[in-house]
Order: sequence, then structure tokens, then C-alpha cells
Amino acid sequence: MTAVIRTRGLTKRFGSLTAVDSVDLDVGADEVYGFLGPNGSGKTTTLRMLLGLVLPTSGTVEVLGARIPRQARQVLHRVGALVEAPAAYGHLPGRANLALLDAAGPGGPRRTRGARIDEALEQVGLAGVGRRPVKAYSLGMRQRLGIAAALLRRPELLILDEPTNGLDPQGIHEIRDLLLGLNASGTTVFLSSHLLAEVELLCRRVGVVDGGRLVLQDSLESLRAPTGRVVLRTPDPEWAVSLLDGQLSGRSGDRLVVRSDDPAALNARLVGHGIRISELTAERRTLEEVVLAATSAGSDRVDGAAPREVGGEFPGTGSPRPPSIEEGR
Amino acid sequence: MIGVELRKLLRRPRTWIVIALIDALPTLVAVLLAITDLAPRPGTGPAFLSAVLTNGVLFPAAALAIVLPLFLPVSVAVVAGDSVAGEAQAGTLRYLIARPAGRTRLLVAKLVAVLVFVALAVVVVTVTAYFVGTSLFGSEPLGGSVLSVSGTPLTPREAVLRTLLAMGYVAFSMLGVAAVALFLSTVTDSPLAAAMGALAFLVASSLLLTLDASGALQPYLPTRYWLAFVDLFRQPIRWRDIVRGIGLQSVYVAVLLAAAWANFTTKDIKS
Repeated sequence: MTAVIRTRGLTKRFGSLTAVDSVDLDVGADEVYGFLGPNGSGKTTTLRMLLGLVLPTSGTVEVLGARIPRQARQVLHRVGALVEAPAAYGHLPGRANLALLDAAGPGGPRRTRGARIDEALEQVGLAGVGRRPVKAYSLGMRQRLGIAAALLRRPELLILDEPTNGLDPQGIHEIRDLLLGLNASGTTVFLSSHLLAEVELLCRRVGVVDGGRLVLQDSLESLRAPTGRVVLRTPDPEWAVSLLDGQLSGRSGDRLVVRSDDPAALNARLVGHGIRISELTAERRTLEEVVLAATSAGSDRVDGAAPREVGGEFPGTGSPRPPSIEEGR
Repeated sequence: MIGVELRKLLRRPRTWIVIALIDALPTLVAVLLAITDLAPRPGTGPAFLSAVLTNGVLFPAAALAIVLPLFLPVSVAVVAGDSVAGEAQAGTLRYLIARPAGRTRLLVAKLVAVLVFVALAVVVVTVTAYFVGTSLFGSEPLGGSVLSVSGTPLTPREAVLRTLLAMGYVAFSMLGVAAVALFLSTVTDSPLAAAMGALAFLVASSLLLTLDASGALQPYLPTRYWLAFVDLFRQPIRWRDIVRGIGLQSVYVAVLLAAAWANFTTKDIKS
């Protein structure tokens, strides 16, 4: 596996706050890598260090084999990025924005620029957007334009922060298909997201950060290994309960949770005793359970002396909060 | 990269609105003078204005003297202060750096764009003033020559040449403002703060110039030699203050640009 992203001991301190603490990331070629963690856990700071925006306090970053930030100019044009929200010059149309960005760095030949812009707009579903200035775009259209900007030079690596932000379910589905299609044709995708369902559908490997440290880095397959229990539904729960006495670890109505390493054998045994099975699956941990087990509450949760309800997504209770790197502006 | 920044500058409506506003003031002054025939007495009011009623060829110089103390520096501070901080505020700075545009290249391109803006503003003001001045006040005074500030005549050719020199000197004087604003623009993510900071610097400098107690500081204040371009219209030209002005501006520009570069190339882009 050739490393597309490789960090060793990557650390960033802002004053006394350690935002990223000796992170060793490994992202291989052709992977779809999910980068997860609560708000303020150092995700965005790490991502910004990969792109040469934030300069590490210590440790090394290699992207496509080149050191960042020292050799950024050699490789970053082969990387497409969406960092937090998309951004564009509001008074210019989308095409003009893409052309300006493309002209601002290496690796974007003018000869092919028009064709590449057309292709990128086509890919994100903005082909017919016309000459409207970006300030007249909706949130979803801006998001699509941001993704188009990332795709402009047919990058080998896509670094995307919340790429489906602001899109409707249809749009999310389109972008997921687009990313999977690009990955199938050889693009490595590094995706940072809160939406665990999205990550589960897209990614094969995940890294989880918490409090600036990489607490988990593994394939989704092994993280979601069977738990050794089987969940089944049956119209004859009483029979099943009496038969499975001792193996049963939970029941609610017709849904039984049974300790068993072999769902096939369990199924055969139940059916052998004439018990009808309407549903039977080996229980797997959800990504949400994995992430919740590995991380603590996000930095946007501020508990007072007496714990109270605080909406996870909406800080602003007026109480003092620890400095958050996610909201660095 | 420089081409990109120039396209951004020239395609932005604000650039042209600001230039039009700068241009409007001397034009208004010319129209008022022409209608009322009331020029300030020699030695009062903005430089050259007392002379333009008899000859419009001096009006470009008068127009430069009108916009130099406030309009031009304000607009330069706004444009230069916006150059990096404006991108940071819009969020486009992170995409330019990740593109990768190269921090030094980006800063140089921003500087060039500001220089082009200054040159554009000065040229537009001067050219408009020439046409307004010559059409409202006439260009052929008695004797076929323009009176210099010293009272001796200038040939029309000399007048044009000295106006060109004055344009160059005024534009160069604005580089100090541009350098302050550009430096502040790399420090803050708010274009307003950068522009206001640069203006505060100028206001402080102008204020200290009026104060006898700050006499020891005055030769080093950035606005000290701005109006020295008037000396270009003396006969013979008095170079002393002009040379000092260029030297002083050069020091300000060099120091502030170095600071801007040092700050910007080592800065975490968190916007």
C-alpha cells in the first residue's frame, strides 16, 4: 500500500492549547478514508496541516510523497480540497470563480481550463448554471461549486471537509455516487464528517480523533466485527425463549437478542424445532457505537456545576467555553 | 498569479466606483470655480488653485493636491487593507493557499494589484483634470506660457513633463500607505480593521506634523513630504524635499513589506 497521506508525530499547539497531539495518520492509495471526531477534537486543524494552511509545531506531514509545507508547491495542485465551507467571490459567476482559482497556481494549464471547468460543473450538477453571480446561489449550489473547485484538476487525492453540508437527500446521494465513482477510477478520498451514516456508506477505513489524539485507526470491517450476538424476530417468541434458555441476553416483544457465534447454526436449530423466523442477523457494532465509545463529548458542550441539557449542535448558552479550534475565526 | 489578482481588481465594481468618487471631487471643484470665478487668493486653499483660473494646464496638479491629503490615501488604505484580509474574510484565502498559490507569490501579486490601483487612480484623476481644466479654463494664457509657483514662466512642454513627474511622486507617496495597510491586512482577518489601522497611522502622522512639540519626529513622519510635489512646479525645481520624501517612503515601504512577508509566510491560515 503506497501512502498518500502519512503523518508522524504531528502536533500543533496554539499557545497553551494542544489542538493536535502526535497524530500518526496513514492513508493508502485508492482508499476512501473517514476522519471522525467530536467538534474541537482537532479534525480541521489536522486537515489544514495536510494542506499547508496551518504550520505544524512538530512532527511531519507527507502528502503524495512530498513534505508539507516545504514541498507544497510540488504536489498540492494534485490535491483537491474542500475545507469547511466553500468560498467564492460573490460578484463573479461560478465559472469565473473556477477559472480564477485554477489560474492562481501550478498544474492547471490554460489550454484545457475551459474543458476542465465544464467537466467539473457537469460532475457536480451545475452544468446549466449560466452567468449568475455566486451571491445568487443557494447553499446547496455553493456546496456543489466548492466540490467542482476541488475536482478541477482531476486530483489524485480529494480532501473533503463535510462535503454534503447543505445538500438535500437527493444531492447527498448524488455526491456519494460521484465520490465512489471517482474512487473507483483511482482517486483517494479523505473525508472528514460528522455524519456517521454517510461515512459508513462511503468509507472503508476510518480514523477517530479525540482531544487532538488519534484514538482509533482501522478498517470499518474490523471495527464493525460481529459482537457474538444474534438479533432475531420470530412470531413464536415464547417457544424460542424456552428453547434458548441461558443463551438469551435480551428480549423486547418478538425481538430476541441471543448469544451465539454462529447465526447459521442458531437458525437451523430454531427452524429444526419448528420455530418460524421472520428476521435474523448477526449483531454488529454500529459506527456510532464505535465512535461514541472512543471519544468524549465535543468541545461545544459546556456543562455547568449542575448538569443541564445543552443542544449538541447549538452552543451559545452564554457560559464561558474552552477555546475551540474548529471555530478558529 | 499577478494576472489573476489584476483580473480580480479590474473586474470588481468597487475599484471603479472608488476611482470615480476620487475623480468627482476635483471635477466638482473645477466646475464651481468656473461658475463662480472665485479662486482662493494666492497662498490660501489647496495648492495651484489660485492659478488655474488663468490657465487650465495647471489644473491636473491642483487636482492631485486636492485628492492627495485624504481621498487618495483612504482609497489606497481600503484597497490594500482588503487585499489579504478580504480574502480571509470571504474564506477564499484558504483555497488560494491550498491551491497552492504560494504565500510569497500571493503577497507580491496583491502588492502589484495595489500598485496598479494607485497608478490607475492617479492617471484617471490627472487625465480627467487635464480635460476638465483645459475646457473650463482654457489652455493658452497670455504669452503662451504657464506661470510656475515661483512666478517665472514654464513652457507647456515643461508643464506636461512636470505634471508627469508629479503623478509619479504622488503615486510613490501612496506606497507607504499601501505598505502599512498590506501589512495590517496580513495581521488581521478583518479588512475594515486593516484599512482603519492604516488610516489611524496617517491621521496620527498628519496631527503630529501640526504640533511644534513633535518637531524632532517630523522628518520621519510618513506624510511629511507628501506635498513636496508642489516643488516640482518651481523654477528651478527644488529637489531637496522630493528626494527626502522618496527616501523616507522607500524605508517605510521596505520595512513594512518585509514585516508583511515575514508575518504572512509563517502564519496559520485559520480563516
